[in-house]
Amino acid sequence: MTHAISVSGLVKNFGRTRALDGLDLTVSEGEVHGFLGPNGAGKSTTIRVLLGLLRADAGTARLLGGDPWGQAAELHRRLAYVPGDVTLWPNLSGGEVIDLLGRLRGGLDPKRKAVLLERFELDPTKKGRTYSKGNRQKVALVAALSSDVELLVLDEPTSGFDPLMEAMFRECIEEEKERDRTVLLSSHILSEVEALCDRVSIIRNGRTVETGSLAQLRHLTRTSIQAELAVEPTGLAGLPGVHDLQARDHHVKFEVDTAELDGALRHLTTFGIRSLTSQPPTLEELFLRHYEDEPK
Amino acid sequence: MTTLVGTGSLIRLALRLDRVRLPIWILVTAGLVLATASSVAELYPTEASRRQIAATIGSNPAMTAIYGQVYDTSPGAVVMWRLAITGALLVTLMSIMTVNRHTRQDEEAGRLELIGATVVGRHAPMAAALIVATGANILAALLIAAGLTGQGMPVDGSFLAGLSFGALGITFAAVAAAAAQLAENARTVTGISVLVLAVAFVLRLIGDAGSATWVSWLSPIGWLQKAHPYAENRWWIVVLLLAVAIVLIGAAYALVSRRDHGAGLVRPRPGPADAAASLNGPFALAWRLHRWSMIGWMIGFLVLGVMFGSIANSATDLVKDNPQVARIVEQMGGKSALIDAFMTAILGIIALVASVYAVQATLRLRAEETSVRAEPVLATGVSRLGWALSHLVFAAVGAAVMLVAAGLAMGVAYGISVGDVSGQLGNVLEAALVQLPATLVVAGIAMALFGLAPRYVIGSWAALTVFWLLGQLGPMLQVPQWLMNVSPFTHVPKLLGDISATPLIWLSVVAVVLMAVGLAGFRRRDIG
Ligand SMILES: Nc1ncnc2c1ncn2[C@@H]1O[C@H](COP(=O)(O)OP(=O)(O)OP(=O)(O)O)[C@@H](O)[C@H]1O
Ligand SMILES: [Mg+2]
Repeated sequence: MTHAISVSGLVKNFGRTRALDGLDLTVSEGEVHGFLGPNGAGKSTTIRVLLGLLRADAGTARLLGGDPWGQAAELHRRLAYVPGDVTLWPNLSGGEVIDLLGRLRGGLDPKRKAVLLERFELDPTKKGRTYSKGNRQKVALVAALSSDVELLVLDEPTSGFDPLMEAMFRECIEEEKERDRTVLLSSHILSEVEALCDRVSIIRNGRTVETGSLAQLRHLTRTSIQAELAVEPTGLAGLPGVHDLQARDHHVKFEVDTAELDGALRHLTTFGIRSLTSQPPTLEELFLRHYEDEPK
Repeated sequence: MTTLVGTGSLIRLALRLDRVRLPIWILVTAGLVLATASSVAELYPTEASRRQIAATIGSNPAMTAIYGQVYDTSPGAVVMWRLAITGALLVTLMSIMTVNRHTRQDEEAGRLELIGATVVGRHAPMAAALIVATGANILAALLIAAGLTGQGMPVDGSFLAGLSFGALGITFAAVAAAAAQLAENARTVTGISVLVLAVAFVLRLIGDAGSATWVSWLSPIGWLQKAHPYAENRWWIVVLLLAVAIVLIGAAYALVSRRDHGAGLVRPRPGPADAAASLNGPFALAWRLHRWSMIGWMIGFLVLGVMFGSIANSATDLVKDNPQVARIVEQMGGKSALIDAFMTAILGIIALVASVYAVQATLRLRAEETSVRAEPVLATGVSRLGWALSHLVFAAVGAAVMLVAAGLAMGVAYGISVGDVSGQLGNVLEAALVQLPATLVVAGIAMALFGLAPRYVIGSWAALTVFWLLGQLGPMLQVPQWLMNVSPFTHVPKLLGDISATPLIWLSVVAVVLMAVGLAGFRRRDIG
């Protein structure tokens, strides 16, 4: 399988701050890749290195088979970028900006533009500052989605959207997926990532801490178990992958790494299970764990 | 006054942000007044010599058009005569920039929204900006007053001199505050304020140069020149200036309540839903961004050209009988006939104004970058070189357009006044174009800073200010030649009709090298 994006050991310093500290990221062709991490983790910085706007201090980065710094303009014709913070020119209308950005990328499909304007309920005749934040983002998003490109690079594209527009965005990305476009989606909205992404990378302090398909990541989450047993259980605390154990008489409550679930349940059955509830793992918990737990 | 809550903390913030800029402005302004005072004392030491200059200037509309009347023969009056325009420009520009920066510029960038939602009242940002600008003007006024007194001039005259500059500055702070309520973006606010300044300048020029002297009374700069410190000491001029300021502030204050945050009073009209087919590349975009400013500046240059062209003829009576002044004019303008000297001196000033255009057009690159409008464009098929060139072209070609406009207008107007348009037009146009390489050097400095040290692009304004001061006051202050040589304008040939090409080639080479260095630097650096 070929990679649309492959980054390894990327380092970027801003003066004394190290924004990227050996970051790795691989995005295969045709996948929607979620890019997550707490504020200041280095997501936007990575994206800007990939766009050739910033020069990396160390490490390698390949984009659509080329060098993002040296071949920037060539590669940019094959991708579309939506920044997290869109500023428009005060004297250009939204429609003009959409057409202009599309043309600068090598052309856009006017029919698709019209459809997208309709779907996102965007008035293209307004100018610059008279758009709200969400509507400014829609301008950039419509420009990106109506261009015929291989790769979409989206940096928190929906941060100003209302729930209805958020749903419309998901629909559009699903369609892009069907057309085999590759999408790199940086986002803080976990439900959006869960709904759209084939694989995700979680970064923290400029380093990749987790990467894989959603199924693989689920494997890394914890299932919480509550059980009432016939006999008072022993030896649970020593089992691999068991956390936060609370035991009172015949009742136990604990969390277990999903990968170790089997072993823990086998152990429980030796005490005679009277009742059992298990709570399925959520990605949210995993994300939160990665956002919060690790010491700096 | 709940709408003023938070003014104090905004003042502290503004002072912190301006902690380098404002003191430099204030010190340069005050220092300039003092340096001029001491050189006037040296050049016109006797009552007789001062009487002579007053008489010469008074009989010459061209000279009074530029500097106004010498209203008295005391040393202080001669200093005020020579400095009124330069000093007025310094205090008014300082005030406009300070107020604009802390009101509309912040609002446009969304910074005030952050503040606006917290404990800051609706009128607080404007109040804070005005208080800071007023404080700066008062400080400048006091420094000027103290300095002039220290040079042995009468105390009351010195204080009036200082305070009249300060009051003029405060008036233009109020102009900027009102403009900031009208327009939606900071660029337009600067445009409106500078237009008011230009109109004020032109009105007093018309009044001083012609027979309709009452016209000067329509201009705040005219008032400043009529305060007559060290003579009649018209204190009421200060009161008049401050009264206008208060009226304008009242209007701005009322306007704040009448508009939405982020909006101006003048609402932008809707635009087309689709872009014209011609809007299809970086140059087309740059043209859209530069065109109105370019057209506005061009009209300004045409007006300047017509004005100076029509008064140039009377410059021949200039200073025949004062060898000292003649020497200065020669140093400023060249050795040929005085009329040529007058023309080249005027064109030297016009070239400085054209450099202001060129620098702001070049720095549009930086403005686009810091407002993150450059990023989405550079993430398309547009190369860095193409994008940077698209704006640089408007700076360079624009500077040429400005000089041609001024040269054409001046040549035609002068030609009409002497009845020889076909003979004069070519000469004057050539003399205007001779200024182009030096102007491009200034644009080159801005470009080089943008490419190599983007955080310090403000240095290009500093450089231009130094060149301007050297050109205007250097000969009078007897600045050493090596320092004069720092300014590209020192090297512009001063002879009409017999122009040597060598310095022009050198200046062009320097300009091209500076621009190339800037472009190369920009291709290698981080964006943002
Ligand atoms: N131009 C810059 N100069 C200095 N520091 C910077 C610059 N750009 C980013 N940083 C720093 O680099 C780090 C990473 O920032 P980045 O914008 O990449 O984070 P992010 O993951 O996109 O965060 P968010 O989720 O808030 O958008 C931060 O500590 C930030 O302060
Ligand atoms: Mg970010």
